[in-house]
Amino acid sequence: MYVIKAKQALNPTVIRMEISAPLVAAKAQPGQFIILRVDEEGERIPLTVAGYDREQGTVTIIFQIVGATTAQLGRLEAGDSIQDFVGPLGMPTHTEGLHNVCVVGGGVGCAIALPVAQKLHEAGCRVTSVIGFRSKDLLILEDEFRAASDKLYVMTDDGSYGEPGNVTVPLKAMLEAGERFDQVIAIGPLIMMKFAVAAVKPYGIPCTVSMNPIMIDGTGMCGGCRLTLHQDGKAVTKFACVDGPDFDGYQVDFDEAISRGAMYRDFERRAYEKTCNLLNREEASHG
Amino acid sequence: MADMNPKKHPMPTQDPAVRAHNFEEVAMGYPEETALAEAARCLNCKNMPCVAGCPVNVHIPAFIEKLRAGDFEGAYQIISESSSLPAVCGRVCPQETQCEAKCVRGIKGEPVGIGRLERFVADWHNAHAAAAPEKPRPNGHRVAVVGSGPSGLTCAGDLARLGYAVTVFEALHTAGGVLVYGIPEFRLPKAIVRQEVENLRALGVEIDTNIVIGKTLTVDELFEQGFEAVFIGSGAGLPNFMGIPGESLKGVYSANEFLTRSNLMKAYREDPATPIMKGGRVAVVGGGNVAMDAARTALRLGAEQVSIVYRRSLEELPARKEEVEHAMEEGIEFKLLNNPVEVLGYQNPDDPRDPKNGFVTGMRCIRMELGEPDERGRRRPVPIPGSEFTLPVDTVVMAIGTSPNPLIKSTTAGLEVNRWGGIVVEESTGATSRKGVYAGGDAVTGAATVISAMGAGKAAAKAIDAALQEA
Repeated sequence: MYVIKAKQALNPTVIRMEISAPLVAAKAQPGQFIILRVDEEGERIPLTVAGYDREQGTVTIIFQIVGATTAQLGRLEAGDSIQDFVGPLGMPTHTEGLHNVCVVGGGVGCAIALPVAQKLHEAGCRVTSVIGFRSKDLLILEDEFRAASDKLYVMTDDGSYGEPGNVTVPLKAMLEAGERFDQVIAIGPLIMMKFAVAAVKPYGIPCTVSMNPIMIDGTGMCGGCRLTLHQDGKAVTKFACVDGPDFDGYQVDFDEAISRGAMYRDFERRAYEKTCNLLNREEASHG
Repeated sequence: MADMNPKKHPMPTQDPAVRAHNFEEVAMGYPEETALAEAARCLNCKNMPCVAGCPVNVHIPAFIEKLRAGDFEGAYQIISESSSLPAVCGRVCPQETQCEAKCVRGIKGEPVGIGRLERFVADWHNAHAAAAPEKPRPNGHRVAVVGSGPSGLTCAGDLARLGYAVTVFEALHTAGGVLVYGIPEFRLPKAIVRQEVENLRALGVEIDTNIVIGKTLTVDELFEQGFEAVFIGSGAGLPNFMGIPGESLKGVYSANEFLTRSNLMKAYREDPATPIMKGGRVAVVGGGNVAMDAARTALRLGAEQVSIVYRRSLEELPARKEEVEHAMEEGIEFKLLNNPVEVLGYQNPDDPRDPKNGFVTGMRCIRMELGEPDERGRRRPVPIPGSEFTLPVDTVVMAIGTSPNPLIKSTTAGLEVNRWGGIVVEESTGATSRKGVYAGGDAVTGAATVISAMGAGKAAAKAIDAALQEA
């Protein structure tokens, strides 16, 4: 069992937890992920590492309540335990040798982008961060990003905070103004990453994206996390769990990834509704 | 005097029409009187050809003799001298190509049902033996085993019996490897695997789940922690796909994923936490035991129609004969001498947001004929030009093998692997190119059988013991 050491709500649906998992904390790097199961009957879900404290032996996860498992996890409190927590899985984000990077985070993807920005910043790289949210209510980690960035743009789709528009607005403006990053690292919803890549492509600047497909074991066994890369005119199958989760954004077949991500949408919606009803009933009966 | 009946006593099985809709075990096991009667068919030959046919050399005539005398626990003790997982082997070994293939009774009739007798003895022991086995006296040496599948459990069991302190590291949340994620409940109940794992724990074997060697810890760190030898039994890795168009459509699974969802994650139950596509028409591509398991699982999940699509003929099907027969009895269709060329999916031309877009609707196949034999003597399947047709299906399961797991080789300096990514070992000992590191099972050979993995685990245990006693 893995004890929840701390819990904090970052906004109404996004929660940060620190989980005691010394072996994972000892090795975790930005860009890697863990797989957890809440209880003995639970499903395995991957979550990207949002931070770690090697001395305390804790790993930070930040998740949005989007389905049955995250709803169940979100009801747990500091002091409670979760059944399984395994990692760190996948390859760390490549940060070596970079001097001028733009880190783009969208929504809860900012949780994963933050440790990347922090690592780059600590290594002396110039970091420009662009973080985007649907609205002010959903904003997370602004102060943390400000501390880890030389320049920060905060965007909201509805203009309720920061600048209005999505993350590609300042990205395009900077590139048009002649800014030449060594690398753009985009982490967020698939559609956001697809458009970030499209914005960067005319300038030929390398653009890394972090893929988060459906997976089960996370160790290179099931093949559920496969995605297609287009390399030199050839379609190549890769596995996010062992080859990624970071990939060259120019090569990723986003439309296929978006389609595959929706494979169990009906099942997931029903499971989520059922879990919410169950949890609400439990809460009501316990006062 | 032996019973000279030329036929094996039939295995009682669930009625095919009933079992096609449940996940309970198909073969129900011999009752005691049948086991005694089948044991009486053994000639107790002096030269024991059956023992040579067993990858772990179980003393077969000796255990059958005990069984015949009614000493079931004595029979179990004889089997467990050689095998750490008798209840598993009695169920999933391909006896017809191993021990039973060598049985003298097979010359003029059917061989003795050795596997069925082994299962009877193991089940009897698990139901009746109350006392935990005595823990062997510790010999002061520590060995790490990577992976809790058949090779790892065998290696761990053999070393523990010799007094080694053995820790098994398992990446998943449950011990058993392919025995729990791959082989379905109806062929190998998970309670049997749990019992075998408990038997090893009782011997003092420690099992640490949720630890991925190559990620959470490396092989080098295991040595730093004081382990004196490491056995790698990390199993099969990435599933193979055919490389045909449409394999990323929704509804195409690798057999590993399909079976893991159903077995390990219990998606076959009512109201599971883990989803799986159920019902409709299912095509399973491949002809091995894994393909049979996937097809029969799909049927039990509620498929209307399940087909095995295999490019060669019935004769070349690599699956165990019994599994093929069971699958046929249950109504699985065998579309032999067919090869897929493309998986087809739905795309609404007027609505790119149609939720049905991207789901499988069919599979284009081409008919095959058998041509000249290849280098292994198997006749090579050759496509018949112009014979393409579309098989309407909703789910496709690719059961065409796996390549060894990539995680350990990428993090272990000096560990030699072959062209296919399998760890290179000295066959008789499992010794790798790294001193103190041994390997066996699918991590070395690619997809093979439970018993050959056990044989490799056993050989490595012997070699590890020899090396550490010498040191």
